[in-house]
Amino acid sequence: MQKAEKMQALREFAAEIRVETLKTIGSLGFGHVGGSMSIVEAMAVLYGDVMKVDPKNPRWEGRDWCVLSKGHAGPCAYATLALKGFYDLELTRTLNKPATNFPSHTDRTKTPGVDLTTGSLGQGMSTATGAALGHKLDGKDNRVFVFVGDGECDEGQVWEAAQFAAHYKLDNLTCFVDDNKNQLDGAVADVMSHGKGIGAKFDAFGWNVINVENGNDVEQVYDAVQEALTVKGVPTAIILNTTKGKGATFAEPSAAHSSQPSPEQWEEAIAAAEAELAAVKAAK
Amino acid sequence: MSFTLIGKHEKDSRACRDGYVQAMTELMEADQSVVHVDCDLKGCINTKKLDKFGRCINAGIAEANAMGVAAGLTATGKKTWIHSFGCFSSRRAFDQAFMSAAYAKLGVKVLGSDPGVCAAYNGGTHMPFEDCALYMSVPDAIVIDPVDYAQVYDLTKKLTAVEGRLSYMRMIRKGFTTVYADGSEFEIGKGVTLKESDNDVATIIASGIMVDESLKAYEKLQEEGISVRVIDMFTWKPIDEDLIIKSAKETGAIVTAENHNCTCGLGSAVARVLSEKAPTPVEMVGVHDQFGQVGAQAYLQEAYKLTADEVVAKVKKVIARK
Repeated sequence: MQKAEKMQALREFAAEIRVETLKTIGSLGFGHVGGSMSIVEAMAVLYGDVMKVDPKNPRWEGRDWCVLSKGHAGPCAYATLALKGFYDLELTRTLNKPATNFPSHTDRTKTPGVDLTTGSLGQGMSTATGAALGHKLDGKDNRVFVFVGDGECDEGQVWEAAQFAAHYKLDNLTCFVDDNKNQLDGAVADVMSHGKGIGAKFDAFGWNVINVENGNDVEQVYDAVQEALTVKGVPTAIILNTTKGKGATFAEPSAAHSSQPSPEQWEEAIAAAEAELAAVKAAK
Repeated sequence: MSFTLIGKHEKDSRACRDGYVQAMTELMEADQSVVHVDCDLKGCINTKKLDKFGRCINAGIAEANAMGVAAGLTATGKKTWIHSFGCFSSRRAFDQAFMSAAYAKLGVKVLGSDPGVCAAYNGGTHMPFEDCALYMSVPDAIVIDPVDYAQVYDLTKKLTAVEGRLSYMRMIRKGFTTVYADGSEFEIGKGVTLKESDNDVATIIASGIMVDESLKAYEKLQEEGISVRVIDMFTWKPIDEDLIIKSAKETGAIVTAENHNCTCGLGSAVARVLSEKAPTPVEMVGVHDQFGQVGAQAYLQEAYKLTADEVVAKVKKVIARK
């Protein structure tokens, strides 16, 4: 497949994930829209092209792993995995309803395709690191991708894991930083700033760092991942400059962490995302 | 379960940690999936001897991450042990043990060395009287307080085979009194009846360093014509309810003895079972809602009344309450 063709397919996949993420959260009426929408393009690139997975055998030993350390982005993962064929899309509409297998935060014991359980921030960074080490110990080439939020980088555990991954030369580990500039209580710059920057911190910890100017552009994300895959001897951090709530008409302007819009606002947002999907398809 | 009681109150030339390292050496030789993660304390339990297997990972002084790494390793099919001092492998890494491991049904095996007064010269900052309490609060977790080389050796092997459930095992780091002969085997969740007769008027339920103190108490009470049952309840969770109830019904009085805060430890666990299923007078030997402090272990055992004399006194007290 030519690159242009591949990018078109990934753009369509991203637009679909965006629609289905909104419908998933919308089925309940409230949830973590902001941080689910900002990582859509990265998830589209991973599951649309980069990662080796088998939707019919979610625990396939040869698979690549994806860990949402920012576990509250679960709905984006649920939509992505459904579109990839891990389970029926309708099941995602049970989000947070009694006895669901689709809880707010990703849970390896409940959802097919979810590799590790997250929710308490910072912890997925360590478990992803442990999984990457486990594959190295076995002499296997499985890759591990982990997403951390920029707010999540307040957690000291993120940096404990970062020093561990660099020390053990885990070049099979790639960390996406969803740098959407906002956390629950407001702007990251106001709540808890990151000194010389999150990228500079990863650099100081011995990681390869790639900055993506627009983390909501599939081609830029794709190029960064391809570069990361070539780097040996150190893990790579890909700093995604993203927009919180990207594409959700009610959430993007306020960069809200969680949202509970009116039914009319839900309709408007889903219609806008569907129109965007149609536009992306028409651009083919 | 097949054990041989020695119980002569003699110090073992070997340390409990040697029992762990010996078991892990045999496990690692036989099974590529057995892994040990340490937190810059390999030198304290001699796990550097496991380095030759290439699966003895030093995570540095970063226990929270180490616990997460252990969970991630387990998710890739490893049988993973993680070690730090008991205070750090419980308090310092508890949220990680709870969510990344236990809640995620990843059966990480947590080893906490220097339990309770065994932290001795490291003092109150390092003296866990609450490590088991934390782990007993985790649903479906296994909590173990073993006593000597042979028991640590056997239980290391038994726990390594457990899948999908978090385990916490305390371990006396340095040499201690031999209770069991080498080759003794134990069953997780089953107490060991060490002394028993038809004339028993009370039961002592103990674990860890208090087992030997309880055996000394048994001898002192025998000299006074008082016959008691002695149980090594090395598994605090899941606790052996049947044995507790049977002993309570047959002897009519219970004394618990632990190197831990008894308000949220072995004593309270036994009392919960009895209050629900066989109300019986209970007296507790243990730490009573106090912090640790620095000193020689012998001094600390006196200071917190973790002694055979205290067990004797509590037995007499509980018999008087019958």
